[in-house]
Amino acid sequence: MSALFEAKGVTKRFGGLTAVNRVDFELESGIASIIGPNGAGKTTLFNCFTGLYAPEEGAVTFQGHSLVGLRPDQITAFGICRTFQNIRLFANMTAVENVLIGMHGRARLGLRDVLGRTHRFFESEHRLAAHAVELLDKVGLRSNANEIARNLPYGDQRRLELARALASEPRLLLLDEPTCGMTANEAATLMALLGRLVSELKLTILLIEHNMRVVMGVSDRVTVLDHGEKIAEGKPQEVQANPKVIEAYLGRGSWDRKRRAGAGD
Amino acid sequence: MILRVALTVGALALSGLAVWIFPRSILAFLFFQGSLLFIYLADVPRRVKWALLALALLVMMPVIGYFNAYYLEVATQVAIFAALALGLNIVVGLAGLLDLGYVAFFAVGSYCWAIFGSPQANAIFGGGFPLPPVWFFAFLLVGLVVAAGTGVLLGLPVLRIRGDYLAVVTLGFGEVIRVMANNLDKPINFTNGPKGITPIGRPPAPFGLPYGEYFYLLVLLIAAVVVLVNRRLEDSHIGRAWEAIREDELAAQAMGVPLVRTKLMAFACGASFAGIMGVVFSAKQVFINPESFTFLESIGVLAMVILGGMGSIPGAVLGATVVTVLNLQVLKGLSLWLNELKNAGTTVFGYNLANLPTQLEPAKYERMIFGVILILMMIFRPQGMLPARRRQRELGHLPPKAAGGTEAA
Repeated sequence: MSALFEAKGVTKRFGGLTAVNRVDFELESGIASIIGPNGAGKTTLFNCFTGLYAPEEGAVTFQGHSLVGLRPDQITAFGICRTFQNIRLFANMTAVENVLIGMHGRARLGLRDVLGRTHRFFESEHRLAAHAVELLDKVGLRSNANEIARNLPYGDQRRLELARALASEPRLLLLDEPTCGMTANEAATLMALLGRLVSELKLTILLIEHNMRVVMGVSDRVTVLDHGEKIAEGKPQEVQANPKVIEAYLGRGSWDRKRRAGAGD
Repeated sequence: MILRVALTVGALALSGLAVWIFPRSILAFLFFQGSLLFIYLADVPRRVKWALLALALLVMMPVIGYFNAYYLEVATQVAIFAALALGLNIVVGLAGLLDLGYVAFFAVGSYCWAIFGSPQANAIFGGGFPLPPVWFFAFLLVGLVVAAGTGVLLGLPVLRIRGDYLAVVTLGFGEVIRVMANNLDKPINFTNGPKGITPIGRPPAPFGLPYGEYFYLLVLLIAAVVVLVNRRLEDSHIGRAWEAIREDELAAQAMGVPLVRTKLMAFACGASFAGIMGVVFSAKQVFINPESFTFLESIGVLAMVILGGMGSIPGAVLGATVVTVLNLQVLKGLSLWLNELKNAGTTVFGYNLANLPTQLEPAKYERMIFGVILILMMIFRPQGMLPARRRQRELGHLPPKAAGGTEAA
């Protein structure tokens, strides 16, 4: 049986720069993380997975369907949804409206229902709104439902983006630096929430994260990118000890120093 | 509460009386219009509000028109432009796609009925035209469909274009349609070129109603339907998707909003309103030529949307009213008054106005004053006169956050 999500040889170039170079990636369940120094190609890889970029080479499959060449909204309909590194909420809409946009694909209404205000229309609107409030409740924003997204504090905006992504009922959730700008407490709460989501909704989560405490704490698997290439993969402890990873983060020489320091113990 | 109701009723009665006593006074008519706005904004029960507005628009306005037919003409034009502004409001205000060639759809609708409602179609099909005037009603639908189709045709190639680029392309499109109307008189004479088409059939008035009143009520009915359709679209998943695209196209797409379909829908909806009103317009004018559909008209409608408040239905209606009344009445009246002063040789600050050079004739200030008003509005109230309000949803047992925000029409 093939994996839930599979990428093979994904390559993305921008002019002469190869941002992502033949990356293989596999995802089954639980929480996985992608880490790497700035500019390693993590977000580009995300964009290739979600249809915002079309990779030049390689295959991306989800539950056996090929995703290459599909539009972002089609990929979302397959059950993959994401958040953005630099929060991209619909700033002038209320929190609950933001979540409702995430449910756009689920409003199976024709023009006749909308213009005629049929029973189906009200039934659908009520159902979606109720579910939206439920999701806001889940991320702890229920009392801010009617707040304009722009006016929410930063951490709340991140959580709203998570609720919006959950609204499309994804099987796979891609989170681009979800704890960026959060306090340690907030980050811990968010991670606990993600853990709950995985167990309750059978959700698979892929994180891009810089906060190593978060990454090492929650991830089942960690993938390390550097200069667009995958340099390491495995359990958090394995990756942490990998000399290539240390070199990518700290530069050549640090490994030797560390070893010498370790030898001195 | 009773006091407020009495105040609104009083304002309406007083303004109606003023118009009745001074049927030629622009100020009295402005007072009447102002009282409508006052009623709309007043904090009175909905039923009272709508009853008063219906009374004013359905009963008082036709009666006023009986004494001064010009006011009825103004009101009819306001209704036409309100529907146009509402159509453009979907494209620009909700979906955030800056369209500078909106009048093209208006032209398409106009020519639809103009060609078949006049002997013009004989030049194409040989004979049997004009169609009987009753066909006007069928052509409301034809105009809608053809204009919506044109909207989709415009939308398809420009979907990938955003912002300024889109504005330039739509501007070009508007000009293309106008130039086509100008030149499609040979080899086959479709549009009769710059000479225009006349006489265009008008819908027959039932029960011997006075024509001006009948036409006004007809246009009002169509405009009301347009408002209703607009409301329902805006307040549905479609309207939300439009706004999401305006806010962040990329995020909207990533959340599952199909970009192509949603944008095309916005173009088609906006265009269809213009198409219907084009049919109405050609019947009202009896004569149309390409000069009726210049770039300036597109800008005029855009100014209505922006002045009123982008993405706001009451805003678009108010914007259409203000701009139309400014153009047809206030600025004209002002320049007439200045002209009178000049002719009477009035002295201002020791300067005799009769000596004004012809270059400074008051009639030439009209556009300038309009421009100044636009600039001042954009500086001091950029969100428009009646900006869009976010709908506050009732969310079960949620404590109310901002009370009084639910009302939005």
